[in-house]
Amino acid sequence: MLHLSFSDYTALRAHGEDTYPHECCGVMLGKVAPDGNHVREIVRAGNTRTDRAHDRYNIAPEELIRIQRQARKLGLDIVGFYHSHPDCPAQWSQTDFNEAHWIGCSYVITRVDQGKATITNSFLLTGTDEDDKKFLDEPVEIEVSSVENEQEKGHA
Amino acid sequence: MKIHIPTPLRAYTGGEQTVSVPGATVAEALQALTAAYADLRNHLYTGEGKLRSFVNLYLNDDDIRYLPQKEATLVEESDELTIIPSIAGGSNCPAHTLRAGAIVQVQQATKGQRPALY
Repeated sequence: MLHLSFSDYTALRAHGEDTYPHECCGVMLGKVAPDGNHVREIVRAGNTRTDRAHDRYNIAPEELIRIQRQARKLGLDIVGFYHSHPDCPAQWSQTDFNEAHWIGCSYVITRVDQGKATITNSFLLTGTDEDDKKFLDEPVEIEVSSVENEQEKGHA
Repeated sequence: MKIHIPTPLRAYTGGEQTVSVPGATVAEALQALTAAYADLRNHLYTGEGKLRSFVNLYLNDDDIRYLPQKEATLVEESDELTIIPSIAGGSNCPAHTLRAGAIVQVQQATKGQRPALY
């Protein structure tokens, strides 16, 4: 299971709206626990696939290294990644699968329709190596803090 | 030198995030790493011994593929090597193409073909 705060959930979906009609991408920092990946912070990343950003994303390794250093300073690990599918299903594509190499990490995909985030799904990359890896549907637990809860009530 | 291990490969280094290994060059350091943690080899290299295409190696802030000496680059005790698998993907979805070429969809429909679903 992926454990995500309501604010991070909202933020990664907003990122997809901000970059529409292009794909957004980012990194999820947190901790791996027996009950799943716990996200503590999300970091926006740039999409270097400017040639076809509407249906591709790539995070520069230099940026990943910077984010990994940031994680180490915070005592966190990279536990997953997120990206958006503008006007396309929130399901992993063959391209997503072929390019997924972080076994044990969560891959979150948000569908953005006409600039509005709709469905968000998570997929856990499992297996032992490139030959037997596979994506599993991963339940997502959105954790609402007491502060966020009060804010939500205020908006209601 | 220190080698930083990415999350998915820590299962093969006993959970260690960072490993210290001896070696005068990047290649020697990597050799020492895979000698100490043999199960890592299959994840870093192909059966032919080539570094897997999605594995990036950075010596401090430099991609070793672009260093003049590549893996033969000399290293010092204070240097850090980072192993970082690539992150990429995308919807590979025809929605935008089809929207731009709506006439194509209409033509398909009139021929009794089922337009792409998405």
